[in-house]
Amino acid sequence: MSLLSINNLSVSFQTDRGVVQAVDQVSFDVDAGETLAIVGESGSGKSVTALSILQLLGDAGTISDGQIVFDGQNLLDLPEKDIRNIRGDRIAMIFQEPMSSLNPVLTIGKQVAEPIWLHRKKTWNEALDQAEELIKKVSIPDARQRLDAYPHQFSGGMRQRVMIAMALACEPKLIIADEPTTALDVTVQAQILSLLKNLTTELNSALILITHDLGVVARYADRVAVMYGGRIVESATAAELYKHPKHPYTEGLMASIPTLDGEPGSRLQTIEGQPPDLLHMPAGCAFHPRCPYAAEICKHAKPSLKEVEANHFRACVGYESIS
Amino acid sequence: MSEMSAPYQQKSRFMAFHQRMAKSKPLGAFGGAVFALFLICGVFADLLAPYGLNETNMLERLQSPSFLHILGTDHLGRDVFSRILFGAQLSVIVGFMAAGLATVISIVLGVVTGYFGGRTDMLIQRFVDAWMTFPDLVLLIVVISIVGPGVTQIVVILGCLYGIAGSRIIRGSVIGIRENMYTHAAQSMGARTIHILWFHILPNVMPIVIVLFTTRVGAVILAEAGLSFLGLGVPPPAPTWGSMLSGTGRTYMYLGPWLALAPGICLTMVVYAINVYGDALRDLLDPRMRGS
Repeated sequence: MSLLSINNLSVSFQTDRGVVQAVDQVSFDVDAGETLAIVGESGSGKSVTALSILQLLGDAGTISDGQIVFDGQNLLDLPEKDIRNIRGDRIAMIFQEPMSSLNPVLTIGKQVAEPIWLHRKKTWNEALDQAEELIKKVSIPDARQRLDAYPHQFSGGMRQRVMIAMALACEPKLIIADEPTTALDVTVQAQILSLLKNLTTELNSALILITHDLGVVARYADRVAVMYGGRIVESATAAELYKHPKHPYTEGLMASIPTLDGEPGSRLQTIEGQPPDLLHMPAGCAFHPRCPYAAEICKHAKPSLKEVEANHFRACVGYESIS
Repeated sequence: MSEMSAPYQQKSRFMAFHQRMAKSKPLGAFGGAVFALFLICGVFADLLAPYGLNETNMLERLQSPSFLHILGTDHLGRDVFSRILFGAQLSVIVGFMAAGLATVISIVLGVVTGYFGGRTDMLIQRFVDAWMTFPDLVLLIVVISIVGPGVTQIVVILGCLYGIAGSRIIRGSVIGIRENMYTHAAQSMGARTIHILWFHILPNVMPIVIVLFTTRVGAVILAEAGLSFLGLGVPPPAPTWGSMLSGTGRTYMYLGPWLALAPGICLTMVVYAINVYGDALRDLLDPRMRGS
């Protein structure tokens, strides 16, 4: 049985201009110790999917349908108190901006010790000792001294290491990293991701990596789910997805990666058009206005995810009607 | 070792902060020094005063300042300097207790309305609006006339008065802090709301709280003097600066101008000092000014 299993999750947001269907009938599984990447452009629903696992959507967002089964329990049935005990303990989250995710007036030590103190019955000093260990673990030198430092004394990369230390504090079964490296330099990105990957492997924790960086996906993910307009359009193992993308959107994404052996002076491939307006989703397949293969049927039929090869899923009616 | 050095570090940080203030805000540092002197006078009044609080000496009535009585004596032959010191003591007590109460009320109301927003915010802040429409002094006079004068009454009333009005300032900054990523991160870590308020929000409003408290001490001392002047303050023979000013000070103004000058100058100096010190604190502790 998989560690996390999401079935037909739908999330909508009440806005001033109408209801936005941010996530629409999304289903996926994550096995223990596995790294799943969720890729998609801004507004494709990947962050909202992640936030709904821990039910951190705020007042505007509601989970209108679906199940989130973690360790055999449907998280949506649990009372707030039980969810709170799972947050940070069995499922931890790493946020996008290390600059603002740390409290500027608290020392690093206090912030790393916080989840331990919250979830383990430990004294504050024991929690601080453990925080020191964690800071060592994420390769920050002089851990003892660093406990008393403030976030502004840390660089972006070090802050993200601190965030990782906080996420790992209670040895969670699942870590959700929401674009953990977007705000960092390219050279630092690789270090942070390798660190994250190594430490999760060590703990045998599953990792959901939310990103829009396909290079990151190729190196660190076991499986990939591609999201577009609030739905998963394709999902496969990372290697398979790169070699044989089967959805027109994924194909377009792969084609738009610049390569070193490309013709000098040749133009970069792009996907024509704009991402869909979430308030006015196109009927049928959300991708059809931009799809080079769009057929008449794509304007009416909503495609659902189907297994086209072993462990390779795709949601596309157009392809089905051609082949 | 670390336990040993912790208070030392605390103290040195406090000192370092004030050294920085002395450099960048000399006037504020001067205010701080006067404030500190006032505190010392208040706390150690019993040791510093050369004469007793109500030690009368009819032979030495209305004497002008001399070596024996630095600030002269009043119409009952009491040493004015000693009474000023004991007046400082009373001002410190009233000032700190009322400002402390005001700060607690401001924090509770401000943090709760600022963090939760919505209906809670609506209800409580409309009450605050209504409360703030009453002029301070009118409210004070009405309430004191009903419950009668006394230290406790004054502390409670001034505390409520300034506390409720001050909640606005705390609320405003909490609204800004609430939207920061780290409060969401704390939530994702499984923290209860009360933990987020205490652990994450409160330390962030502390600079504002410190400034608010300091300026409130000055305001309370002035308000208490005003009440005493009107005869609604701490009842005699307690030596408040306000009653010294209005009672003996006014009656014997021509015979003994020192009787009015001494408490008047002390009051002006202390309130002025606290205000410039509070201004300097605000400038130095404001997060937007940090690092500059």
